[in-house]
Amino acid sequence: MTTRWFGERVQRVEDDRLLRGNGRFTDDIDQGALESVLVRSPFAHARIKSVDVSAARALPGVVAVYVAADLPFGQTDLPILIPHPNLTHGRTQRCLASQVVRYVGEAVAFVVAESRYVAEDAADLVEVEYEALPVVITPEAAAAAAHLVHDDVPGNVAAELLQEAGEVDKAMAAAPHRKRLHLRFERGAASPMEGRAVWARWSAGEHRLTVYDSTQSPTSIRGGLAVLFGLPESDVEVIAPDVGGGFGPKIMLFYPDELLVPFAAMKLRRPVKWTEDRQEHFTAVNQERGQVHEVEVGFDADGRVLALSDDFVHDAGAYTPYGIILPIITAAQVPGPYRVPNYRVRFRDVYTNATPTSPYRGAGRPHACFVMERTLDAIAAELSLDRVEVRRRNLIQPDQFPYEVGVAWQDGNRAIYDSGNYPALVDRTLEMLGPRPAGDHIGMGLSPYVEGTGVGPYEGAHVQVLVSGKVVAATGIPNQGQAHATVWAQIVADQLGVDVADVEVTSGDTRKFPWGVGTFASRGAVTAGNAMHVAAGMVAAKAKRVAADLLEADPADLELEGGQVRVKGSPDRGVPLAAVAVHANPMRYAFGGGTEAATQFTPRPRPGPPLPDGEQPGLEATGYYSPPGSTWASGCHAAYVRVDPKTFRLEILKYVVVHDCGRVINPMVLEGQIEGGVAQGIGGAFYERLAYDSDGQLRNASFMEFLMPYATEIPKIEIDHIETPSPLNPLGVKGAGEAGVIPVGAVLAAAIEEALGVPVTEMPLSPLKLFELSLESQDRGRKSQ
Amino acid sequence: MKVNGVAHPVPVDPRRLLSDHLRHDLGLTGTHVGCEHGVCGCCTVLLDGAPVRSCLMLAVQAEGHEVTTIEGLAQSGSPLHPVQQAFHECHGLQCGFCTPGFVMSVVGLLREHPDPTPEQVDEGIAGNLCRCTGYASIRRAVHRAAELSKK
Repeated sequence: MTTRWFGERVQRVEDDRLLRGNGRFTDDIDQGALESVLVRSPFAHARIKSVDVSAARALPGVVAVYVAADLPFGQTDLPILIPHPNLTHGRTQRCLASQVVRYVGEAVAFVVAESRYVAEDAADLVEVEYEALPVVITPEAAAAAAHLVHDDVPGNVAAELLQEAGEVDKAMAAAPHRKRLHLRFERGAASPMEGRAVWARWSAGEHRLTVYDSTQSPTSIRGGLAVLFGLPESDVEVIAPDVGGGFGPKIMLFYPDELLVPFAAMKLRRPVKWTEDRQEHFTAVNQERGQVHEVEVGFDADGRVLALSDDFVHDAGAYTPYGIILPIITAAQVPGPYRVPNYRVRFRDVYTNATPTSPYRGAGRPHACFVMERTLDAIAAELSLDRVEVRRRNLIQPDQFPYEVGVAWQDGNRAIYDSGNYPALVDRTLEMLGPRPAGDHIGMGLSPYVEGTGVGPYEGAHVQVLVSGKVVAATGIPNQGQAHATVWAQIVADQLGVDVADVEVTSGDTRKFPWGVGTFASRGAVTAGNAMHVAAGMVAAKAKRVAADLLEADPADLELEGGQVRVKGSPDRGVPLAAVAVHANPMRYAFGGGTEAATQFTPRPRPGPPLPDGEQPGLEATGYYSPPGSTWASGCHAAYVRVDPKTFRLEILKYVVVHDCGRVINPMVLEGQIEGGVAQGIGGAFYERLAYDSDGQLRNASFMEFLMPYATEIPKIEIDHIETPSPLNPLGVKGAGEAGVIPVGAVLAAAIEEALGVPVTEMPLSPLKLFELSLESQDRGRKSQ
Repeated sequence: MKVNGVAHPVPVDPRRLLSDHLRHDLGLTGTHVGCEHGVCGCCTVLLDGAPVRSCLMLAVQAEGHEVTTIEGLAQSGSPLHPVQQAFHECHGLQCGFCTPGFVMSVVGLLREHPDPTPEQVDEGIAGNLCRCTGYASIRRAVHRAAELSKK
């Protein structure tokens, strides 16, 4: 019998230490480190006239205070992470601003002291004289370009991209029906429970820089630090230890602290640490979601979409370090699971005097989904058709894969859906949703969606069987709660025929695995998961070659099972994997643990050199997986809600999710990802809105006013799966990390619109917003009478 | 003050937060700090058996009191506390950052309501934010913890 771990609800191996309080997050590391604080701009746009740090430097306990002029890289623009030919006016900030600040929270000075308390006292003594400049805060104002965020960027436009599939003008003109929509999405924030943190030590004797960073991409941070400090990469080690949630914004590089902390550690020859506080997290960590869409759709009398044109403005914030990935994703994902035979999309990525934007769980997709679903609801309303029926008529059918959308995808390829069964998703969702509850002010929303996941370029893994028979595995991408240590162990255990408990996984530590990209874009399972599969498969093949000598058998007749390499059909003819690991490393000096079996005076199973030609010692392998294109996961959410017509309180009566991410590695972990995603989606749709005022001040930069949901706001989520394996990778998996978030705004908008009878064209909502919409609707009603 | 049954002098610096004292002076880094303004609940510890925010207390205020942190629930090498065990069984944690605060709140909740209703569960954990789980698995874990505690 073959044991398989893949697909089982294996309980997490990482839980024990986290539950006992033995996790290791970056701020948990002290080791005598100096502590630091950043002095940040209180202005959204201002010229710096002077910076005086003398009083701060004089405070007892202060070790150093740095401004831009003190840094060898002080006049270097930080990198644009993902350049693009259409990003004609990309701008990035410098580590510390010395001339102009362009958002509240931009770093100006860096204080290092014996304790955090002293560092904060000293930061208060740094005197910066600012001359306020005009502020541009909404995407509409940015596009109108009344003021410029960057003097040398005309019209505030960082990038513009126009794409067209088919002939939109012709199809639109010929369409029997046309409709225009104006749709708006405001900024939200990822808000992981752990803010960002960095700890660094320079070991002069070893010529080694060690950095702990709560990042989603330690390998990239390592490469960047090596370049900046002129060190060989092998002298820099970056570790993402336990990371308390990421959700996207922890993959920026560089935040200023990621350079300043290592710099100060090298300069001061002492470990230095920096830990963000929650208030600065609100303004200094990247945000997302601000977009304004102008949509025109042409459709026939049956509600079939004939042409779709979307012209949207994306709020870049003050700089474009992440390039134009977000609007590219939105542009590609607007059509979603629907056939849009003629599709034109143009976006302008515009600068505003607000925190820069980069992906936050969903990354351009919730807005795209909102645009398409609101459009389909508008079509249904116009034609008095059932909303679900309009969706069914436009869905891509199961026999249409691979399906090409006609525009570019974020990995540089065309957007091509690999597999899926969208009608089945809708059917199952309706079945689970059941009949409408009785009562007034109840509405229903339903939204299928797709999610491009598993983008390249690649990830890798190293797998080794130790002479004890235990297995260690490592990959470069770090974990922020996605159960990597469990799911990678499941994949490796299947290949090697061992128990999951015998596989110990390290992730996100460049000392253990220096190659790879990072944890983002729902890509871990596809890229690192398949790399684990490849590497463990290489180890299994080698184990068979070595064991074949010991068992005098053909490798093709062997299997790995129960911790042994054994002859298929003769389970009593086998050798323990531990012994195979010993024999994979011929030796002169035994070092215990059974290794005497591989020394030179023991009988050898085979003539010739002890290590066969072309073979490497040790039962280990390094394998990589590079996807040919993205895997496209899909799903469908639906809900019944009730809205109180007086208080506008939202009550979610039922919420169902049917999800398809190909083959499921661990259903328990997957359900956790979906439940968490939906909760974030509900927060983003109804409670969490970053409230910037016209001066560019964030008025709700605390958890007192930025209302992340507690348990009391989140309903029970009912989940089911269908599986259409991806044909693109050996495991047949697709990503799942962002699925929970994507359609929540679209579902709740439709449900609330029906419950209250007011048009919903923006996100996020709130009781106050619904009250205002309701007043506007009454006004319109009066005027039209 | 006593921390997990061991007597410690309170720190000299009167403005030192209890959370910083536990984490950085006593090395009990299982207590986490998520907001430092008393909303997220990551820093929840028990003060004389009742859940409190250690970021909203000065360490000197704990003088003469007994503090229990996550490290005090189960000795190293011994089985998990029923609440910890229930969080494990029900996948009640993902990144694990908010977890110690939740576990301490739930210990307090079950002390008050050994057999809580769903409403009491929601109310009992409504002082703790989790950004990963969406709370469903945490709710399940509280009910499971109630079961395990009775055994």
